[in-house]
Amino acid sequence: MKHSVLHVALATVALFGAGTVAANAAWEPVRPVEFIVPAGTGGGADQMARTIQGIVTKHGLMKQPMVVINKSGGAGGEGFLDVKGSGNNPHKIIITLSNLFTTPLATGIPFNWKDMTPVAMLALDEFVLWVNAEKLYNTVKDFVDAVKQAPSGSMKMGGTGSKQEDQIITVAVEKATGAKFTYIPYKGGGEVAVQLVGNHVDSTVNNPIEAVAQWRGGKLRPLCVFDGKQMDYDEVIADGKGWKDIPTCKSQGLDMEYLMLRGIFMGPKATKDQVEYYIDLFKKVRATPEWQDFMKSGAFNTTFLTGADYAKWVETEEKRHETLMKEAGFLATAGN
Amino acid sequence: MEELVNLFHGFAVALQPFNIMVMILGIVLGVIIGVLPGLGGANGVAILLPLTFSMPPTSAIIMLSCIYWGALFGGAITSILFNIPGEPWSVATTFDGYPMAQQGKAGEALTAAFTSSFVGALFAVVMITLVAPLVASFALRFGPAEKFAVYFLAFCSFVGLSKEPPFKTIAAMMIGFALAAVGLDSITGQLRLTFGSTELLNGFDFLIAVIGLFGIGEILLTMEEGLAFRGGKAKIDLRVVVQTWKQMPQYWITSLRSCLIGCWMGITPAGATPASFMSYGIAKRVSKHGHNFGKGEVEGVIAPETAAHAAGTAALLPMLSLGVPGSPTAAVLLGGLLIWGLQPGPMLFVEQKEFVWGLIASMYLGNLVGLIVVLTCVPVFAAILRVPFSIIAPLILVLCAIGAYSVHSSTFDVVMMLVFGVVGYLLKKCNYPLAPLVLAIVLGDKAEEAFRQSLLGSQGSLGVFFSNTLVGTIMVLGLVALFWSLIQQGYTRLRTAVA
Repeated sequence: MKHSVLHVALATVALFGAGTVAANAAWEPVRPVEFIVPAGTGGGADQMARTIQGIVTKHGLMKQPMVVINKSGGAGGEGFLDVKGSGNNPHKIIITLSNLFTTPLATGIPFNWKDMTPVAMLALDEFVLWVNAEKLYNTVKDFVDAVKQAPSGSMKMGGTGSKQEDQIITVAVEKATGAKFTYIPYKGGGEVAVQLVGNHVDSTVNNPIEAVAQWRGGKLRPLCVFDGKQMDYDEVIADGKGWKDIPTCKSQGLDMEYLMLRGIFMGPKATKDQVEYYIDLFKKVRATPEWQDFMKSGAFNTTFLTGADYAKWVETEEKRHETLMKEAGFLATAGN
Repeated sequence: MEELVNLFHGFAVALQPFNIMVMILGIVLGVIIGVLPGLGGANGVAILLPLTFSMPPTSAIIMLSCIYWGALFGGAITSILFNIPGEPWSVATTFDGYPMAQQGKAGEALTAAFTSSFVGALFAVVMITLVAPLVASFALRFGPAEKFAVYFLAFCSFVGLSKEPPFKTIAAMMIGFALAAVGLDSITGQLRLTFGSTELLNGFDFLIAVIGLFGIGEILLTMEEGLAFRGGKAKIDLRVVVQTWKQMPQYWITSLRSCLIGCWMGITPAGATPASFMSYGIAKRVSKHGHNFGKGEVEGVIAPETAAHAAGTAALLPMLSLGVPGSPTAAVLLGGLLIWGLQPGPMLFVEQKEFVWGLIASMYLGNLVGLIVVLTCVPVFAAILRVPFSIIAPLILVLCAIGAYSVHSSTFDVVMMLVFGVVGYLLKKCNYPLAPLVLAIVLGDKAEEAFRQSLLGSQGSLGVFFSNTLVGTIMVLGLVALFWSLIQQGYTRLRTAVA
């Protein structure tokens, strides 16, 4: 039985080599695996989960089926509490976004990432400052000057969700530049990008995958990326420019970095074997051409972390979110 | 005429034997999904999505969109037979469809529903074929204020046109708004009215409420009235279909109006639910059979079904051209597109011609196939009503429970469904209308969100709702609909005074 799994794995991802064979863990799922998405259908996390489900199914990477379940209630709190309460059920994994930190801080629900077992960081999602292509701002400086000149609060920043990543970035940008925005929360990233195309908001901090179609259509213009370095993808998208040509915000005088976790966690009492199994599974997923295409289409930062490195990264980010949200006044008040 | 050439090329793609097979399979699966209350199009498409990964993208999207059409058709079946709407947009179909089934006219009601669905969808597809680029740019004009205006119009056209005492309508609607407010407040990111309960984090799901209010409530009522379904004498042969078809052309004005309402609401993208309610409300007011609405009038089935399908079809246009899904099902389809490496957006029509026009051609064919499949089954569906109530009632109860459970895989929802069932029974006994309550649960949080987004943008000024001709016109239409009775009275008095 185990040999056939190995066989399929090797046949499909031959490039992985000997390391995978040795790592093939002693535990494997005996029931369908629930893949929880703490967000609604159609969003970034949902797309990633469904892509993974597709890859796993297509390449036969798992003997049991993988079922994607959206538990978006309470800004994802529903999904996190579900995994927290799942104890030692190894047939339940969850994909996270920044609401891993922001939801408990903003709503006060009884949850912390330490209530789950970290498995692996799959990728980091970038954030880009976008404006409508009809507008005259070509650089961050043009834009920030325009915001400062406009009456305070009359410039509108659209974003996904309230007191989550997009609004945190907005507040950080306000702090760094002294400009003042009115933040307008929407339900999904695609909707936000379209609101910008229709000039109902003046700027957004959409993820690449949410806005790329409008950029290619010549409707939006990227000003800078909130990362320490420029993105890796050099394929031309619009006006002879690709992701690689977008300058970092820091180089444009806007000192702010923000990347969003796309990582996997499982129940609090998962054993080492079980965690190893999923790490191995996701290594195989990452080696498929479909995954690489997906990474490219969304211009993801493909950092992969597991074990102690991953836990340490999450811990640092948690502290940072706490500071950012405290400064912005987003923490839940006592008794809420 | 480049579009037509593209379209014929699309037909060539859609008519490949494999694609036709996929189409029929999709429709059948879709009807099954639509019939099971609670499972719904979005869940069904999500569950079946992995099935399509091994297919070429065009076949895959044809299959998924056919599941979508099938679910749209299927939703009407349970609404008419058992008063249980399988989908939000089927709620308005129950108002006249169920009374018709009780009068032994289930066959007529089903035929009318299916045929109107087809007409609505066809109208929307023709519109997509001819004016796709134009329509996409119209959708861009809809910001929060415009969206709120559309919801406002949906509420107003329903309240103002209702026959029930206004206070009862408003009371029922307020209960709906209160239920819609539970869960996360999306503007401030705070939890509301959850009282520390984790089950309530997600608020009250529309489907649970509807399965309970309508399905369970109806079973309770029937039990009290003597354990008998009154639909037993339904005619169950295919002649019913032809007879109903002969009647339908006389309602062409209602059909056309419903098509237009549906297309408009689908594109904006307010969606199929407000479209069906608005279309029903307006038809009730302007039709010469209006007084008979709610008692089993064919026109009351035609209006909401046509509009819902026109909207459901038109909603695919913003998804393809802007990447904004007009419905939860469209959102899952959108996820599918991305998995196949197709990026929805303004460039999709330029770069993926074969795919886009193959899909549009499959909308024509898929709907036609769907119509044939469901119409041939009308006698079978109508025959279900001949099964004695004592057998069918427990089955419905079990189906409802499974449906409620499958929405979020939660047993709490099954309990909620039963509670809603008792509430629905009590409200009906006291003659409170259920429709405004349902409308408020479905659209309440969306309307609230759009309202608050608008006010954030305008820094608190209500003037934003009259700041341009588009939003101003919709708001005025809404106010006219709200005070329609008063306006009519005033006009009559003025005329008598002058005379």
